[in-house]
Amino acid sequence: MRLYAALVYLFLYIPIGVIALFSFTAGRHASQLQGLSVQWYGKALHNPFVMDALQTSLMVALISATLASTFGAMAAVALQGLRGPVRVAFDGLIYIAVMIPGIVIGIATLIALVTLFAGLNPIIAAVWPAGSAPPQLGLGIGSLVAAHTMFLMALCIIIVRARLSGMDRSLTEASSDLYATPMGTFRQVTLPLIFPAILAGFLLSFTFSFDDFIIAFFVAGSETTLPIYVFSSIRRGVTPEINAIGTMVLAVSLTVLMVAQFLLRRGANKGGGA
Amino acid sequence: MTNTPLDDKQDQTQPRVIAELRGVTKRFGTVLAADNLNLSIGEGEFLSFLGPSGCGKTTALRMLAGFEAPTEGDVLLDGAVVNEIEAHRRPVNMVFQHYALFPHMTVAENIGFGLRQMRPRMAKGEISDKVRRALDLVRLPGFEDRRIWEMSGGQQQRVALARAVVNEPKMLLLDEPLAALDRKLRKEMQIELQNIQRSLGITFILVTHDQEEALSMSDRICIMRDGRIVQIGTPQELYDQPISRYVADFVGTSNFFDGTLEAGSGAIAGVKLANGITLGGRPVGAIAAGDPVSLSVRPEQIGLTRKQGGAGALPVTVRNRIFLGEHTEYLVRHETLGEFFVLAPRQSELSEGPFNSGEGLFASWDATAALVLTRK
Repeated sequence: MRLYAALVYLFLYIPIGVIALFSFTAGRHASQLQGLSVQWYGKALHNPFVMDALQTSLMVALISATLASTFGAMAAVALQGLRGPVRVAFDGLIYIAVMIPGIVIGIATLIALVTLFAGLNPIIAAVWPAGSAPPQLGLGIGSLVAAHTMFLMALCIIIVRARLSGMDRSLTEASSDLYATPMGTFRQVTLPLIFPAILAGFLLSFTFSFDDFIIAFFVAGSETTLPIYVFSSIRRGVTPEINAIGTMVLAVSLTVLMVAQFLLRRGANKGGGA
Repeated sequence: MTNTPLDDKQDQTQPRVIAELRGVTKRFGTVLAADNLNLSIGEGEFLSFLGPSGCGKTTALRMLAGFEAPTEGDVLLDGAVVNEIEAHRRPVNMVFQHYALFPHMTVAENIGFGLRQMRPRMAKGEISDKVRRALDLVRLPGFEDRRIWEMSGGQQQRVALARAVVNEPKMLLLDEPLAALDRKLRKEMQIELQNIQRSLGITFILVTHDQEEALSMSDRICIMRDGRIVQIGTPQELYDQPISRYVADFVGTSNFFDGTLEAGSGAIAGVKLANGITLGGRPVGAIAAGDPVSLSVRPEQIGLTRKQGGAGALPVTVRNRIFLGEHTEYLVRHETLGEFFVLAPRQSELSEGPFNSGEGLFASWDATAALVLTRK
C-alpha cells in the first residue's frame, strides 16, 4: 500500500520536478539538462510578450480576486440569515458552481457573453450621439474578469461560510446585548472574525485566476494571459524558457496557497473554540 | 399578576417593579416554548427560573434580553412595553452560558465593549477606569491585557460577568452561568455572585436547571415546566409548600407514595395507596376525591424507632446507613410501599443509638407534615 502511494505521488510530482530542474539548464533543449544556469529566467523576464501576458494575468487575477472575495463575503453573511428551502437551493447552486468543469464554464460564459454583446451593441450604436464611433462591447479583460469572478465568488462564499458557521452565534448576540447596532456588530465582531477567511479566499482566488487556462481560453478574446501564452508557445516548440516561466508561476502559486492555508488554520484555532 | 406581593421576608416596603411578563406566549413554528407567562420582577431582586431543559426558562430570559419577541402578550421594562425593542437598545445585559467572550479582543477590550458603544461617546480614560474597577470587583486585577484563550474557565466566567456589570444595567440576565464550571469553582462563584448582586443592587435573573444553585442564591424561584410557570415563591415557600409533586421533587428531596385521594373534608385527608394502606396528609391545591395523588414526606420529617409505635407506624427494615456528619441518612424498606429515605439528626441517634443495616424498625411521621400533592 505504501509503495503504491509512493508511486502515485511520484507519478504526480516527477514531471513538475523535472520542469523545475530543467529550467536551470544551460543548453538549448527543454528536455535535457546540460550544465546549470539561470539564463532562461533572464530570457523569459526580458521577453516583451511574456511580460505583457504576465501583466494581463496579474491584473485579471487581482481584480477578480478582489471582487470575488468582497462579494463572496457579503453573500456568505447574507446567506447566514436564510433558512429553509431557499437556503438549501442557494447552497446547492453554490456547490454546483464550484464543481462544474472549467470547460463548461468557459463555453457557457462565452456563449452568454457573445449573445449579450450581439444584443447590446446595436442598442448602444442606436442611442450613441452622432459624430463619434460607438464603442463595441467585446471579449477581453472585462469578460475574463467577469468569468473568473463568477466562478471564484462561489469558492469564496464556501470558505467564508465555513468560518461563519464555525463561529459561535452567541458572539453576535453578546455584541448586540452590549448595545452594538447591527452595523456595529458586523464591523467590530463579525468582520474581524471572518477576515482571515476572506483573505484566504482572496489568495486562493488569485492563484486560481492567475493559473487558469481553460476559462481564459474561451473568453479572453484577443487578450493573452500567461497560461495562454505558454500554451501557444508550446505549439511552436518547447524551449527551456517555458520551463522557467512554469517554475516561476509554480513558485508564486505555492507561496500564495501556503499563506492562505496558514490564515485559514490560524483563524480556525483562534475564533472557533470560544 | 401586577400586584403579586414580592417576597416579604426581607422588608415590608415593596420594591419597585422593574420588569414584567404579561400573558407572554412564544411559539417557534408549532412548538410552544412559553405559555402565558405572568411574572413581575422587583428592583434589586435575585430571581431564578428553574426547570429541566426545554421547560421554557431560556426562552423567557431571551425575551427579557430582546433576542426573541413574544408571539402574544407583553414584556415590560421599567413600566414600558418593549416587545419590539431590539436587544442593543435595552438597558439589560446578559452573561452567556459559554461566556461568548470576543476571541479577537483582550480582556479590557471585552469588558469595555459595551461602554464603547455608548453615545455620546464615553472618554477613553473613563472607560479604562470603569474596566479596572470591574476587574477589581470580579477579583481579576491587572488582567487587562490578557488574551481570552490564555485564561481558565473560571477566569473567563469572571470576565463575562465584569463585561456585563460594567455597564450598570437595570437587570443582569444569567443563562446557566455556572454550568461549565467544576463543582468546587461553582460553589465559590455562587457565593461571589450573591455578594456582587448585593453590593451592586442590580436585579439578577438566573436561568438554571440546578436546584441547589437556585435555592442557594435566589430571593425567589420561578419553577417552570413545559413552557408554563408552575409555582413562584421564596426557596423556603417552595420547600415547605410545594403545590405539586413536580415542585416537591424539584426542590429538595422527598419521598413520594402514590395513591388516590379518599373522600372527606378537613385539614387531613386520606390517601389510599396502591397496597391498600391509607395514610393521612395535608391536601394542597385543587384536588378532588378519586384524583391520582402523591403523598410527599421529606426525609427529615420521618422518625425511626425500635419501639412498637402508634397505629400509623410502618414496620420497616434498614437497608443502608449513610453517615453525613450532622445527620445520618437511612434507606429503609417497607414490605409493600418499597424503599424510602429517612434523615435522622445526630440528636436522635444519641437517644436510641445508631440503627444497623438489616434491623427492623418503625417509621412514623406527623400527618400534617405529609403533603397530598397532585401528580399532574
